[in-house]
Amino acid sequence: MNRVVKAIDRFGRAKFIIAAFLFILLMIAPIYGVSRVSTINDVVLRFAMNGVLVLSMVPMIQSGCGLNFGIPLGLISGLLAEAIIMEYNWTGAAGFIAAMALGALIGAILGIFYGYLLNRIKGDEMVIATYVGYAIIYFMNMMWLGLPFKNPASVQGYAGEGLRVTISLDKYWSHVFDRWPSFQGEGLVLNIPEVVNGQQTVQNLRIPVGTILLFLLFCLLIWLFFRSKTGTAMTAVGSNADYARAAGININRMRQLSVVMSTSLAAVGMVIYGQSYGFAQYYTAPQFFMFPTVAAILLGGAVLTKATISNVLWGAFLFQAVLTMTPSIINSAIELDISEVIRMVVTNGLIVIALTRKVRKNG
Amino acid sequence: MPLLEIKNVSKDFDGNVVLKNISFVLDEGKVLGLCGENGAGKSTLMNILFGMDVIHETGGFQGEVILDGESVSFKTPVEALNAGIGMVHQEFSLIPGFTAAENILLNREITKNNIVSSVLRSEKLKTVDMPAVFESAQQSIDALGIKLPAESVVSELPVGYKQFIEIAREINKDNVKLLILDEPTAVLTESEAETLLHSIRSIAARGISIIFISHRLREVIEACDQVIVMRDGLIVADYPTDEIGEHPIGKIASWMTGRTVGESVADEARDLTKEKKIILSVKNLWVDMPGESVENATFDVYEGEIFGIAGLAGQGKLGIPNGIMGIYPSTGEVIFNGEPHELNNPRKAQQNGFAFVSEDRRGVGLLLDEPISWNICFNAMQIQGLGIKKYLGIPFRHEPTMNEVADKYIDELQIRCTGPQQKVSNLSGGNQQKICLAKAFCMEPKILLVSEPTRGIDVGAKELVLDALRRYNKERGTTIVIVSSELEELRSIADRIAVVTEGMVFDILPPSTKSAYFGLLMSGEKIEGEVI
Amino acid sequence: MVKKFDAKSFLRSMLVPILFLIVISFAIPLSGFTSSHLIKEVMTRLARDSFLAVALIIPILAGMGINFAISLGAMSAQIGVIMSQNWLIGEKIGGIGGLLVAALIALPIAIGLGYFAGSVMNKARGREMITSMILAFLVTGFYQFFVLFICGKVIPITNKEILLSRGYGIRNTIRLETAGAFDDLLMVKVKVPGLMRPIEFPFFTYILIALACIFVIWFKRTKLGQDFRSVGQSQRVANSAGLHVDQIRVQSVMISTVLAMFGQLIFLQSIGTMNVYSGTDQTSLFAAAAILVGGASVAKATIPNIFIGVALFHTMFIVMPNAGKALTGNPAIGEYFRSFISYGVVTLALVMHAWSRAKARDDERKRLRRDKTDAAEAAKKASAENTP
Repeated sequence: MNRVVKAIDRFGRAKFIIAAFLFILLMIAPIYGVSRVSTINDVVLRFAMNGVLVLSMVPMIQSGCGLNFGIPLGLISGLLAEAIIMEYNWTGAAGFIAAMALGALIGAILGIFYGYLLNRIKGDEMVIATYVGYAIIYFMNMMWLGLPFKNPASVQGYAGEGLRVTISLDKYWSHVFDRWPSFQGEGLVLNIPEVVNGQQTVQNLRIPVGTILLFLLFCLLIWLFFRSKTGTAMTAVGSNADYARAAGININRMRQLSVVMSTSLAAVGMVIYGQSYGFAQYYTAPQFFMFPTVAAILLGGAVLTKATISNVLWGAFLFQAVLTMTPSIINSAIELDISEVIRMVVTNGLIVIALTRKVRKNG
Repeated sequence: MPLLEIKNVSKDFDGNVVLKNISFVLDEGKVLGLCGENGAGKSTLMNILFGMDVIHETGGFQGEVILDGESVSFKTPVEALNAGIGMVHQEFSLIPGFTAAENILLNREITKNNIVSSVLRSEKLKTVDMPAVFESAQQSIDALGIKLPAESVVSELPVGYKQFIEIAREINKDNVKLLILDEPTAVLTESEAETLLHSIRSIAARGISIIFISHRLREVIEACDQVIVMRDGLIVADYPTDEIGEHPIGKIASWMTGRTVGESVADEARDLTKEKKIILSVKNLWVDMPGESVENATFDVYEGEIFGIAGLAGQGKLGIPNGIMGIYPSTGEVIFNGEPHELNNPRKAQQNGFAFVSEDRRGVGLLLDEPISWNICFNAMQIQGLGIKKYLGIPFRHEPTMNEVADKYIDELQIRCTGPQQKVSNLSGGNQQKICLAKAFCMEPKILLVSEPTRGIDVGAKELVLDALRRYNKERGTTIVIVSSELEELRSIADRIAVVTEGMVFDILPPSTKSAYFGLLMSGEKIEGEVI
Repeated sequence: MVKKFDAKSFLRSMLVPILFLIVISFAIPLSGFTSSHLIKEVMTRLARDSFLAVALIIPILAGMGINFAISLGAMSAQIGVIMSQNWLIGEKIGGIGGLLVAALIALPIAIGLGYFAGSVMNKARGREMITSMILAFLVTGFYQFFVLFICGKVIPITNKEILLSRGYGIRNTIRLETAGAFDDLLMVKVKVPGLMRPIEFPFFTYILIALACIFVIWFKRTKLGQDFRSVGQSQRVANSAGLHVDQIRVQSVMISTVLAMFGQLIFLQSIGTMNVYSGTDQTSLFAAAAILVGGASVAKATIPNIFIGVALFHTMFIVMPNAGKALTGNPAIGEYFRSFISYGVVTLALVMHAWSRAKARDDERKRLRRDKTDAAEAAKKASAENTP
């Protein structure tokens, strides 16, 4: 018994409880006429879509800048890159890769300024990041309206200017990586027979192979980075800044680098999200990524000062599973639509728990 | 009439006896000077008097404390306060944004009724009577004989005044009978200290007894009616000041350091000043380290020697290595190996062959949440590329090499752990300290600065740590600068010992010098011909 | 208490209000509003929003920064309004009576939520502001669960006007039976020469706000208020002086939550309709932005900050869409701009506070060094004089 408890503790209690809960939900799904296969299909798709966004939290947490509530900075970089690439009518995989690269570049430039700011307000990073995030969203709202985009696919039809709220990426790069390896058709689709509501059906399980591989590639890169000399120094800065300073590390530069990395990754993550979702969402949409992304990595087991790639993978998976499975299964089970409530409580509850946990104070 | 009587008080922390059968009497309106080296048991005695948590959390104390004819044993500082004991600590407990008056009457504000408070009969909702607060505070300030308006905001006052405000706060309490002053003159200028001594006399004249703890023996003699000297948990001397006799300062110093028999001096203290060259030359070093600032320190260290730095807490001995290593901002001229050494640059210092073991083990010395191998190798990795392997030109961490290095030191220094992957936070203080040493050793430095290497670790580990330093010095000829508040430890390891007082190197002596003379120097006295 | 007037620090604290004044002085002419319309609007907004801003003062006094969890008080008020409209259906107790019943229902909820918020914030020392913000989101989740499911499923809702047609849950927007109860009680009309129409303002609501301000001023002068200030300045020193720091911090959040509850009631009766689900989302943002625009900081806020701030901030809020439209031909730009300004001004204030704190730490160190140096110089001089 004791050994079981220990094993659970090593895995992480919150993670275990949520995983067990989700497993039970999946088991009872057929009772309420919910298809298991399509549920899994949704979870896998969202996991691939959101993965890099969750990953973008890692560098800043590791360098001691805390949870990056300022993620909108990266998101708008990605969105801006998408709009620019569309303006030049680059389509397909080339357009997608160009959008990622441009997004990363814009993110890096913004990250330099953002990192400079965060270095001057040590200790208040999180609350200021949140407001910077909100402020930049509304600033960009004006830009989306005012910037001289001309592509008819992306500007508002009646006025001929100002980006649309939602731009369809169908003609550009929607699902290009989802459909990999073939790059056309439907990609990898498994047909799985399942009994739903007493009917024998065949359910599609679509595996976005390319997007998952892309996500894993970024995970690998970040993992490698944290095994490099610089990555080691960055970890030390987050673990104990005074120690790192005494060892001759330039703390501010490490922190700034982490902010640049996080913001660039968030930009890339946004472009990948658009690719999988099929649409680029402008205006207030980035708001809806701030807290869920932070909550996801916390659910994966990260704390305010430490995050690993395994936290990212578990977090992206479990959090998206909570978001997809609870509406479909719980709503059918209790016949109440409480998905929105669950989303709010889980997301913000996880963050409040993380904030109230004791952090070791050095010095 | 005795106000305070201490009867046979003993105290141990987990079997480690720090007070042995202490007894003394303090009369009403008298000033008692309490002297003793660091670790003599002064603070434990004061903690008992003041009912600090640390005492009853560790099983209370034996013996009896009688205050005003009543046997007392305070469970909390608040109880002690209510019984009329006031204490002025070394660190200031003042609110910077408040006026002197608000600080003096903090949580004891004079209030008057208003409509709401009289209806609700609530003490907390009464109005604070600010004019009355100012008046009361001004009276207390005036009683100290200094000129200071009670309306002054504390943050705008010089440091010296803060001490007076603290004392004014204590004497403002109308029930105060006993006032404990812990090193009150440490931050004062000479003239301020003079004023303070006058204040102490005038407070005593009002019938308040005072315990005055100070390392400045001259002040003790000047201000006190009675002097008690503690050493190793015992009272070794208890005299009325005028009965001490000739050369009182020298006598007190020799009582403080004691050890007339069996003085353990380094068996083989070497004098390398003739045969070796100067490896480190420090001139006019100023270091801005809070609480340990260095003001104009000058000294030379010779190649291959173990150079000890002694001094009392707050005098700046810790600031010296911290300043040279660039941990705290510093100015001055430092020459290392004939080359000018760049200050305020920890990286450069380490690249040039310096290594540092910090006194702040948990704060600066260790990555508590990381494994042992990281802690040992980190500096050497970042500075010299130890445990680094390049792939495609990018330097990566090579864990097997790091583990190998860690294993070597775990073995060599007998670090008790489950292996190089164990997290450092789970280790004991002694083993953590060994990791700090290993971290410095594995940089293979030309000069090693070690600050308080045995602070807070048990006796067995202390010897291991000191042995490791001796061995390293002998085997490799590495120059070591060791800073410690334990004089005996320095005398057992160092070839020469510098005494730091008020931020300056006061004198450099061979370890065979009598400890009483060291004691004298540390208390800022240097009297030629004083008989010890 | 006698502090020298420091022109530099005064100017620094007035930097944001002055910047704001410049922005709106350009925007007002562009908006094309008549001055009588503008004054009337601002007077209404002052009555509507000031009380909520007052709620922020006490936690600032206690050193907890801006309490972004005042939305908890607002939610309590909304529950109070829903319940009073439900239970008082058919009763003829009038608008004021209805609001009092709502307040009575909301009071215990606000006290409870305030206690909860304060306790959570105590566990997140040094991160109070971000915690209070996320806490508000978290409690919004529970609040929505309450109004969407508990109302109608567990608590019977007899008033069909506020009930969703499906039989449980409260409608998205409900009309207040008590609309304007305070405002209309004593509407004063003042004729100002040079303006076409007389200016109306809700005098009774102003009296309520004045009472809140008097409460705050009185409170600051009590022993308890002094305790709050002590804790706000230094938890360590306050603790060693025997003050119960944790308890005081919780009390400050409780008072703030209760004041916010009253503030939301005033706000709702002034608007007349209630946005059940999203009505509390922006409460703390607008209140915080207002006092910060008024020159308050995270560590210091006064009554004048509130009125200057609410007036400036809401003037900006009123004129910006029109000004934006006049300038760019697109009303949306103005709306985005005012949201950007709201968030931006809070960001700016937070950054300035963090900066000045770092600077204060630095100054303190420098001063320490200077004192020490002076002392050393004096000692040297003294010893030089002593040696013949």
